[in-house]
Amino acid sequence: MSTPTGTFAPAPGGATLSRQVAAQARMEARLMLRNGEQLLLAIVIPVIVLVGGVLAADRVGLDLDGHRAVDVLAPGVLALAVMSTAFTSIAIATGFERRYGVIKRLGASPLPRSGLLLGKVLALLNVVALQLVVLVVAGLLLGWRPTLDHPPTSIAAAVLAVAAGTWAFASLGLFVAGLLRAEATLALANLVYLLLMAGGGVVLPTSSYGAASAVIQWLPSAALGDAMRAALVDARLDASALAVLVVWGVLGTVLTARTFRWE
Amino acid sequence: MAYGDKTAVDGLSLQVGRGSITAVLGPNGAGKTTTLETCEGYRRPQAGSVRVLGLDPHRQRRELLPRVGVMLQAGGAWSGVRAMEMLDHVAALHAHPLDTAMLRDRLGLADCGRTPYRRLSGGQQQRLGLAMALVGRPELVFVDEPTAGMDPQARRTTWELLEEVRGDGVTVVLTTHHMDEAEHLADQVHIIDRGRLIASGTPTELTSGGHTATIRLVVTRPFPEGAPESLAADLGPGTQVTQLDERSMLIAGPADGTTLRVVSAWCEGHDVVPESLALGRQSLEDVFLAMTGRELAG
Repeated sequence: MSTPTGTFAPAPGGATLSRQVAAQARMEARLMLRNGEQLLLAIVIPVIVLVGGVLAADRVGLDLDGHRAVDVLAPGVLALAVMSTAFTSIAIATGFERRYGVIKRLGASPLPRSGLLLGKVLALLNVVALQLVVLVVAGLLLGWRPTLDHPPTSIAAAVLAVAAGTWAFASLGLFVAGLLRAEATLALANLVYLLLMAGGGVVLPTSSYGAASAVIQWLPSAALGDAMRAALVDARLDASALAVLVVWGVLGTVLTARTFRWE
Repeated sequence: MAYGDKTAVDGLSLQVGRGSITAVLGPNGAGKTTTLETCEGYRRPQAGSVRVLGLDPHRQRRELLPRVGVMLQAGGAWSGVRAMEMLDHVAALHAHPLDTAMLRDRLGLADCGRTPYRRLSGGQQQRLGLAMALVGRPELVFVDEPTAGMDPQARRTTWELLEEVRGDGVTVVLTTHHMDEAEHLADQVHIIDRGRLIASGTPTELTSGGHTATIRLVVTRPFPEGAPESLAADLGPGTQVTQLDERSMLIAGPADGTTLRVVSAWCEGHDVVPESLALGRQSLEDVFLAMTGRELAG
C-alpha cells in the first residue's frame, strides 16, 4: 500500500520554532509594507502633519515654551507614527486575518499561537523601526535639531517610550481586532486614530490643551507624545508618562487575553 | 457536538484506516465540517472521544498538528498574499516540505503564482488550499470539500492527485456532497445526515446492499393514500419502497423483469399514470434517498 519513496511519502514535522517565527515575521512585515493604505498611515500622514504643523505654527505664532516648532513637532510625529502602525495597522490587519481564516489556517500549522504572536511583534517592531528612520531623516531635512544636552538619556528615553508605546497600542489594537468584526475594526481603528491625532496630545504637547490637559494626559497617545518630547526636547525620561503607557499595556494585554477569539 | 441547543453532530462513530481515502458524504448542513474540525482539534467534543493518530486532537493538538495537513472549506490566506508566497510560507513552517514548484505545477497553479489570493478564482483558491495541506508531507490530510467550485478538468486532476497521495501512504479524509466523488475516490464512505451516521461501507457494499437495481417512479397526479405500502405488498419481500414526495417513489429490488412488471401492473390497477419510470444501477445518491427520503445534492 505505501511506497516510502513516493513523492508524497509522509515526512511530517515542524521547522524549528525560531525558523517558523522568522518566516512569520518576514511574511507579516512584507504584507504590511505592501499595503498602500498602511503606508499612507505609516509614513505619508506623519510627514504631512510635520510639514503642515511647522508651516501653521510659524503662521499663527504658536507658543511652544520658546522652542522651535519643528523641534517640538518632530518627536510628536514619531509618536504618531508608532501609534498608527501599532494600533491602527495591527488592528485592521488582525481583524481581516480573522475574517479570511488566516489565523484559523495557521492555527492548524505547526506554528504555535505564541509563535504567531511573536512573529507579529517582530514584524511590527521592524516596520516601526523603518518608519522612524524615514521620519527622522524627513525631520532633519526640515530643520529638526533634537536636543544634544545628554544624548544617552535622550536615546534611552526615546527607545523606552517607543517600546512601551508599541506595547500599549498593539495590545489595544489586538483587543479591538479580537472583539469586533473586521469592518467594525477598520472603522473604529481609523476613527480612534483620527481623534487621538487631533485631540489626543500626541503631536502637540499636552500642556497646550489648557484645562483639558488634566484628562488628556492619561491617554496613551498623550503619554507617548509627552515621553518622546521629554526625551528629544529636554533630554529627560518622563517616568509618569512611561508609567501611563505601562498601565495601558497591562490593561490592553489582560483584555486581549480574556476576549481574543482566534477565528 | 452542539451549538447552543442545536445539535450538529450526535452519536457519530467512525474509524479510518491508514493509507486509505475515507469520504464523509452528506448534504449541506449534515455536520461534515463539524466532524472534521473536531478531528483537527478546533472543537472539543461535548461527549465521546476522538483519537487521531492515537492523539487527542484537542488536548494534544501541538503534537498532532505537525503530522496532519488541513484544507479548510474556504479562505485561509491573506487577501493580498501571492499564491506562491503563501505556499512557500506554509512550506517554511515545516521541517521537510515538498518542493513547492512541483506542487504548483501538479495543481496547475503555474499561471497564477504571482496573483494575489483575492484575485484567484474559487477553483484556484481550492487548489492552493490543497497544496497548503500537502506541502508539509503529512501522514494524514483532512480536506473539506476539495473540489467545490472546480471545473471538471481541475476536478479530475485533483482526484488523480489524491489517489497518488494515497498510493504514497498518506491517509486522506475528505468531505463531499458529491456522491460521484465519493464513489470514484473513496475506499470507505460514511454517509451522514443531520449529524448522524446513516451508513458506512465501501462504495460497492453501500450500493449493492442486497438490491441491485433501483426504479425511480414519477407519476402525473399525487399518489393515493397508502400507496408505498400497497406497492411493497405487491412486490413482496426483497424490495424496498420509499416515497420521496407526493408524486415520486424510489423502489430498490432485484434487477429482473419482475419488479418492473409488478410496478407497471400496480400503476394500472391503482389508476396511477406514470410520467417517468427510470431503471438504473443503485448509486450512493439512491442509497441516501432511500435512507432519508431526501435528495443529497446540495
